[in-house]
Amino acid sequence: MENALISTKNLTKIFHLSTGPLGRKKVFVHAVENVNIDIASRETLALVGESGCGKTTLGRLILRLIEPTKGEVLFKGENIFSLDRERMRSLRRDMQIIFQDPYASLDPRMRILDILAEPLKTHNKDMSKREIVERVKELLSVVGLQEFVMSGFPHQFSGGQRQRIGIARALALNPEFIVCDEAVSALDVSIRAQILNLLMDLKERFNLTLLFITHDLSVVSFISDRIGVMYLGKCVEIGPTADIFDHPLHPYTLFLLSAVPIPDPHARDRAKLILEGDIPSPVNVPSGCRFHTRCPYLRDVCVSEEPQMQYIGNRGFACHFPLY
Amino acid sequence: MQDNFLKIRNLRTYFFTRRGVVKAVDGVDIEAKRGKLTALVGESGCGKSVTGLSIMGLIPSPVGKIVEGEILFEDKDLAKLSYKEMADLRGKDISMIFQEPMTSLNPVLTIGHQVGEPLRIHSSLSPEEITERVLSILDLVGIPEPRSRLKSYPHQLSGGMRQRVMIAMAMICGPKLLIADEPTTALDVTIQAQILDLMLELMKKINTSIILITHDLGVVAEVCDEVNVMYAGKIVEKSDVFSIFDNPSHPYTWGLLRSIPRIGKKGKAKKLYTIKGVVPNLLDPPSGCRFADRCDKARDICREEEPPFTTIEEGHFVKCWLFA
Amino acid sequence: MEKEKSLAHETLFEDVIRAFKENKTALFGLIVVVILVVLAIFAPYVTPYDPYEIDLNNRFLKPSLNHWFGTDMFGRDLFTRVIYGARISLAIGLIPSLIAVSIGAVLGVISGYVGGRLGYWVMRMADVVMAFPSLLLAIVVMYTLGATLFNLFIALSVVGWAGAARVVRSQTLSIREKEFIEAAKAIGVKDFKIMAKHVFPNCLPSLMVLFTMSIPDAILSEASLSFLGVGAQPPTPSWGLLVSNGKEFLFSAPWVAILPGLAILITVLAFNFIGDGLRDAIDPYLKG
Repeated sequence: MENALISTKNLTKIFHLSTGPLGRKKVFVHAVENVNIDIASRETLALVGESGCGKTTLGRLILRLIEPTKGEVLFKGENIFSLDRERMRSLRRDMQIIFQDPYASLDPRMRILDILAEPLKTHNKDMSKREIVERVKELLSVVGLQEFVMSGFPHQFSGGQRQRIGIARALALNPEFIVCDEAVSALDVSIRAQILNLLMDLKERFNLTLLFITHDLSVVSFISDRIGVMYLGKCVEIGPTADIFDHPLHPYTLFLLSAVPIPDPHARDRAKLILEGDIPSPVNVPSGCRFHTRCPYLRDVCVSEEPQMQYIGNRGFACHFPLY
Repeated sequence: MQDNFLKIRNLRTYFFTRRGVVKAVDGVDIEAKRGKLTALVGESGCGKSVTGLSIMGLIPSPVGKIVEGEILFEDKDLAKLSYKEMADLRGKDISMIFQEPMTSLNPVLTIGHQVGEPLRIHSSLSPEEITERVLSILDLVGIPEPRSRLKSYPHQLSGGMRQRVMIAMAMICGPKLLIADEPTTALDVTIQAQILDLMLELMKKINTSIILITHDLGVVAEVCDEVNVMYAGKIVEKSDVFSIFDNPSHPYTWGLLRSIPRIGKKGKAKKLYTIKGVVPNLLDPPSGCRFADRCDKARDICREEEPPFTTIEEGHFVKCWLFA
Repeated sequence: MEKEKSLAHETLFEDVIRAFKENKTALFGLIVVVILVVLAIFAPYVTPYDPYEIDLNNRFLKPSLNHWFGTDMFGRDLFTRVIYGARISLAIGLIPSLIAVSIGAVLGVISGYVGGRLGYWVMRMADVVMAFPSLLLAIVVMYTLGATLFNLFIALSVVGWAGAARVVRSQTLSIREKEFIEAAKAIGVKDFKIMAKHVFPNCLPSLMVLFTMSIPDAILSEASLSFLGVGAQPPTPSWGLLVSNGKEFLFSAPWVAILPGLAILITVLAFNFIGDGLRDAIDPYLKG
C-alpha cells in the first residue's frame, strides 16, 4: 500500500513454553506467523478472529510491547524493532493502546489525575503542574467526563466511565495511531453503543488511525473501513468491510459471519452454516491450510500445501479454492 | 396461557451487605411454559443471574435471602422447601449450567466421574449402568469417542467441549427444567452456534424446558420462544419473541435493540442509538419507574409511582406509564 | 458475587479502619498494643522504681500493692523491669521487622519484575536463608558479631527478609501481568518508575500484613536468643532475659519467670490478632 502508516512484513511470534517434568519439554506456540498487513493513514482496520487466532499478540507486536521472533513492523517506513530504547520511547507518543478490561487497565492505587498525568509527565518533562491539570481537565471533557472525576480512584467509577478514562489516557499524547484491543467487549450493550460513538467521534476529530481488535463482528460492521480475518496465527482474508460481509472469499470468513446471531427472530430460519469441530491448538498447527481440519470444501492440496495470500484488487485471501 | 409449570410470583431476593441492602431482585413475575425456551435478558447487575440462583435455591446465605414471593414449580413452592428437599430436586428435576465451564468443573476429577455424579446421588443404578448412561449422554451432547473421554480431566478439553460436558452433567437425570446462565458467553462465535444448536436439539429429545439467562439479544432472537426483559431488579417487558422484537414497547427494550450495530447493513450508520446515563444503584433505587432517569419519554408520574403491567397485545406485557 | 464487586473498596486507610471496626479480636489486639506503647514510652512516670536498682533486703517479694509483679532475686521491682523491657521488645519487634520487610520488598519487586538471572539468584539466596533454622542462623550472627542490641537487629533482619521477598515476588509476578502495567509500558514509562509507582504501591497492603505478622516473630526470636544467653545481656531488662533469670527460681518464686512470660504471650497474641484482622480486611481487595 502506498500511503500505509503501518505495515507488517512477515511478522512472526512463536512463544516458547516449558512443560513436562522439570520443564524439560519445550513447546512452541505459533501465535502469529508471517502476517503481512498494511494500515493506511486515517483508516480503521478491524482484526477479527476467535480465541487463539493471534489477534491480540499481533496488536502487541505492532506496538512493540513484545519482541517478534522474526519480521518487521514499519511505522511511517521505519522498522520499529531497529530503534534503540530512547527512540522507541519517544515513538510511543504516536502509538497508543486501549484495553479490553476497564477494571484491570487502570492502576487501582492511583487517582484518575495521576493516571492521566502519567503520559504527560513521561514525555513532557518541562510541563508545569498547572499545565498538567489543565490538560487532564481538557482530556476528561473530550471523553465526556466531568472534572471532579480527577480526584477519584478507578473503583469509584462504572465500567463505561473507566473505559472513557482509558481512552483519555490513550489520547493524552495526541497519538496518530491507536490499537483498540477488544475495547468494548467487556461493556454492556447500552454502554457499548456510547463508547463506540465516542471512538468514532474522536477518530474524526483527531484524525486517528485505528486498529480495532475484536471477536464481535457486529461491532466491526459499524466501526471499520477494512477487515482482516485471522485464524490460528494467520491472516486468511483481508478487504473492505462491506465487500467481506456481502461476499466472503475464504470459507472460514463465511462460517464466521454465518455464526453471528442476528437480533431478529424472523431471520432464525435462514440457512445457517454451523462449523464442525474445535479450533485446533496453536501448539500443534495443522499442515497445509490451517483451516483444513474444519473446512467443508477440503481437497488434498489443502492438507499438503499452504495457501499464500493472493490479491484481487483491494481484496486479499489465503485459500486454494476461494468462494468466487 | 397453557401449562405454566414454573410460575414465579413477586420474587424479592435481597443481599444484606456492609453498605446496605442490595435489592437485586425486587418483585419479579416470570412464567415458563413446558417445552419452551424462555429468555431472561438484561445487562450486568440487573438481577437475572440472581433470579436463576433463587430458583435453584443457591443464594449465598446469610448475605443473600429470598425475602418475599413464591417460586411455584409444578405444585411445590421452591422458596419454601427445606435445604434437604431442595437438594433432592437439584440435579434431578432442575439443573443449571454456568458461563464458565472451566471453573464449574472440578479439575481433579475425571469427566466420567463428574457426569455420573447426579445419578449416583439421585438414583440407585449400579456403577456399570451409570457408566452406560454417561456414555450415552456424552454421545448425545456430541463428544467424539465418549469412551476414551471418560478418563479425561477437564483441562484436557477445549472450552466448547467443557461446556458440552457441563450440559451432559446437567441433563443426565433428564431434568424438567434447565437454567442456563450465559452458557455461550465465554465461547467463540462458531462454538456458540454449535452449543445453541445442541441445546435446541436436547430440549426436544429429553423434553426439557429451558430458562436462558443472557445479555445477548442476538442469541435470544435465534433460539428463544418467550422473552422477559429485566432492568434493575424488575421485569419491564415480557412477551413471545416475535412480538417483542417486532414491537418493542418499553423504552428500555426499544433502546437496547436500537443500540446494537446490525451486521452487514449496507451503508454504515453514522451513529448508534444510545441510552443515556448508567444503571441505577440498587442500594438506593429510584422510586417510581427505575428507568425514568434514562428515559427520553419520562413524565412526572414516572418518577413518582411505579407503573403497572399493561397488556398491549395478547401475551405482551409492558411495565410503563406510556401504555397504562 | 456480582453484587459485592460493585460495592468497591475505598482507600487502603479505610480498609484498615474497617478491619478494626468489624473485627473485635483485632481491636482488642490494637488496644493491648496501644497500652503497651504508652506504658513503654512513659515508663519513668508509670512506676516509681528504677529497673536497675538492687535492693537485697527485698528479694523475692510476692506480688503486692507496692510491687505489682513482686521483686526478683536482686530485689528489683519486676513490674518496672517488665515495662522497661517492653521498650526493648517493641523496638526489637518493630525495627528489625521494618528492615527485613523493606529489604524483602525491594528484592522481591526487583526479582519478580525483572526476572531473568537476577531474579533467579535473589530467590535462590532467599531459599538458602529459609532453609537454615532461623534461630540457629541468628545465633551464628550473634556469636560472630557479638551480643549487643544493635547486632540483634542485624541478626533478625538477616533472618527475616527472605520470607518477605518471597511473598512480594509472587505478588509482583501477578501484578506484572495486569493490563495497567502494559498500559504504562505503552506510554513509555521507564521500568524503574513502573516498579516504584505501580508495582510497589500495589504490594503495599500485603506488605502491611507481612510487617504486622513478623513483629511477634521477632519478639519471640529475641526472647529465645536472650533466654539462650546470646541476646540482650544482663542487667538489661529484656523479657527473654527476665524469663531466663527467673527459671532457676521457678519453684520457690514462680512469678519471677511466669509474669514476664505472660507479657511475651499477651504481646505476641495481640500482634497476631492485629495481623489476622488486617489480612481478613485486605485480602478480598487483593483478589478483586
